[in-house]
Amino acid sequence: MVMFWVALLAISILIYLLLDGFDLGVGMLFGLAGGETRREEMLRTIAPVWDGNETWLVVTGVIMWGAFPLVYSMLMPALYIPVVVMLLGLILRGVAFEFRGKALRSRRVWDVSFTMGSFAASFMQGAMVGALVEGLQFSNGEYTGGTFGWLTGFSVLCGIGLCFGYALLGACWLVRKCEGPVREATRRQIPLLAVAVLAFLVVVFAHALVEHLPILRRWTERPYLFAFPLIGAGAAAMLATSILRGDDYWPFHMVALIFASAFGTLALSFWPYMIPFVVTIDEAAAPRASLAFMFWGAGLFVFPLMLLYVAVGYRVFRGKTDMAADCD
Amino acid sequence: MDPTALLLSRLQFAFTISFHIIFPAFTIGLAAWLTVLEAMHQYTGKPVYRILFEFWLKIFGVAFGMGVVSGVVMAFQFGTNWSVLSRMSGPIQGPLLSYETFTAFMLEAGFFGILIFGRPRVPPWFYLFSTAMVALGTTLSAFWIMVNNSWMQVPTGYVLQNGQFVPNDWVQIIFNRVVWVRFPHMLLASYLTGAFCVAATGAWYLLRRTYRAEAHVMLRMGLALAAMLLPVQLLIGHLVGDYVHDYQPAKFAAIEARWHDEQPASEVLIAIPDPSTESNRYALSIPVLGSVIGSMSLTSKEVGLTSFAPQDRPPVVIPFFAFRIMVGCGLVMLGLAWLGTWLGLKHRLDRNRLLLWGIFLSFPLPWIAILTGWYTAEVGRQPWTIYGVLRTADAVTPSLTAAAATVSLILFVAVYAFIFSFGTYYIYRLLRAGPAGLGGKPLHVPVPNRPMSFADRGPALHGSLEAGE
Repeated sequence: MVMFWVALLAISILIYLLLDGFDLGVGMLFGLAGGETRREEMLRTIAPVWDGNETWLVVTGVIMWGAFPLVYSMLMPALYIPVVVMLLGLILRGVAFEFRGKALRSRRVWDVSFTMGSFAASFMQGAMVGALVEGLQFSNGEYTGGTFGWLTGFSVLCGIGLCFGYALLGACWLVRKCEGPVREATRRQIPLLAVAVLAFLVVVFAHALVEHLPILRRWTERPYLFAFPLIGAGAAAMLATSILRGDDYWPFHMVALIFASAFGTLALSFWPYMIPFVVTIDEAAAPRASLAFMFWGAGLFVFPLMLLYVAVGYRVFRGKTDMAADCD
Repeated sequence: MDPTALLLSRLQFAFTISFHIIFPAFTIGLAAWLTVLEAMHQYTGKPVYRILFEFWLKIFGVAFGMGVVSGVVMAFQFGTNWSVLSRMSGPIQGPLLSYETFTAFMLEAGFFGILIFGRPRVPPWFYLFSTAMVALGTTLSAFWIMVNNSWMQVPTGYVLQNGQFVPNDWVQIIFNRVVWVRFPHMLLASYLTGAFCVAATGAWYLLRRTYRAEAHVMLRMGLALAAMLLPVQLLIGHLVGDYVHDYQPAKFAAIEARWHDEQPASEVLIAIPDPSTESNRYALSIPVLGSVIGSMSLTSKEVGLTSFAPQDRPPVVIPFFAFRIMVGCGLVMLGLAWLGTWLGLKHRLDRNRLLLWGIFLSFPLPWIAILTGWYTAEVGRQPWTIYGVLRTADAVTPSLTAAAATVSLILFVAVYAFIFSFGTYYIYRLLRAGPAGLGGKPLHVPVPNRPMSFADRGPALHGSLEAGE
């Protein structure tokens, strides 16, 4: 039961990273794009799906609260400022989708709020992961690290890294969904973003290994864990060749695979801890009655349905975004 | 625990949730109405329904977007500001909110995109299905929220173990009588909000002598629905009062501003409660009625606030006035809906500009009623977060500093005020422009594939037939 919910939490986080990742990334690239037609086209590729993508963040939050209340109640206070800023960023970018089209003179306001909101949310998510890896200070199940305990050089680096990561994912999404000038402009950005992301990943994992020697021992004990970074490296190679080929379809999937392998590497490095070296999965788990109640309804039946909705949504809006047919 | 951080956290929660509820209250009713419109359009083929659908869909989109983004905040705020609560009640509240997210949010989010952008890409039946799924999603969300809040009002089906509320009877938690009066109360309130906004828009157009056909449909449907639902809502409201009377006597006494035990009890209609002297000033009260309302009896003893220890009493002024404002709004809406429906049936509503003004200006009433109703319930629950078990003062995050709470509250107020003012302005502009203001492009209204059905030949629809031809 506990394992089931760990798995579902991990899957939900990964789905969130990939789905909201690309639309947050499009949000950041949106700021770089000139011209109303281009911006409109970029927005149009994510408008039908962003709401569903963001919902996976809520899914992650409530699974954490319901299945691992201890972790939820320890991490949220520790990450108070980043969580609040992330939420405000998501609000400012979320309303921009609807407001932008309704605005006349104030369209610029929503362009800025869309870009800056996407940037703030992405940065804070990266910084939170960085703070978690770096280690937050707790005693007796209460956070004691202070209001800015999360803010370190490493967490800032992770924040910037995730912005690049999301932007890369967003760029690959745009190449996949767009034609004409947007695709051409984005194609030129991809190699730069890809190099930045890979360099960042190498630095982060090197840092994590040096800081936390126990991780290194875990890796030498279980050499099969090296499969994850190897998959990531393979995906990076495939990404490079598909970019050179001028392919529209594969780069997005390869970047997604890099994200998945980085996430897997990180999660398994700290196994069985949920808050590294403070709280384990079993300590954090809710009572059996809670986990079972969630399992027999939400987990077993509704979760697959949720995946089905996502599949239906993406199927309806599959292929290149057709501006002529979809704009009324 | 920092008392300033506690106060700021309470303010922040009250502010963010008050802001949030404005939008779901509107979209729950509106989603149901959109489903009806789409179904009627597909069934009758009448263009007026399609025109109204497209028009209200634009407004729905703006309101839904603001509801979604302000709702995400709620999923995290329990943890950031109320960590003791979220650790203790996580095993119960967490699964309930998980069910909300799993069953409702995903349904809404998945089909909302199709609703807004998908019409050219899906067959009509699937579009109608998507509309219905969005409506179902909003309703399920309201259901789980009411289960969750009702558990905080009347905790049940749990044992306390290792400082956690451990569930031992989920059936009791979800299917207790408190949920099943409070959920219909909230659902009807949302339908009434939708109904009054639609009717008020219709009245506005008639007053401006524009969009007569659409205005008639909006007025007729909105007022008729409100006229039917309001008596039911008053009855369910009374049943909600019964649960408060039985399970939360201190809250009930605060709502009634009853300071001392009385037998038989009088009912204070209006007064200025004075906590310092534990009495009411300028009270207008009716003898015995208090016992009738509380216990359906002419002789029952009704408990007063002074029977509770001072640290266990809720504030009196806010629940007392909030409750009366809520009931007042309900009664005014009842009068408007019944009178409007009656005159509409007699075809005299068009000429009664005074009533049209009344209906037009009534659009804030359902929101005021919802907010004051929630203030009654939530302020009346104090000093408890989980009634009788966990005090609000003990539930707040221990590590939260006043500085951090101040910064977050200021940011929330600033950002919400910013998006709220633009959002309401855009909605106002959409409403003012009316159905013809949809970008000036013709709608893709398909040719009706079935003859006008006989049932539609009512005189009230005459105007819409003209508009369609």
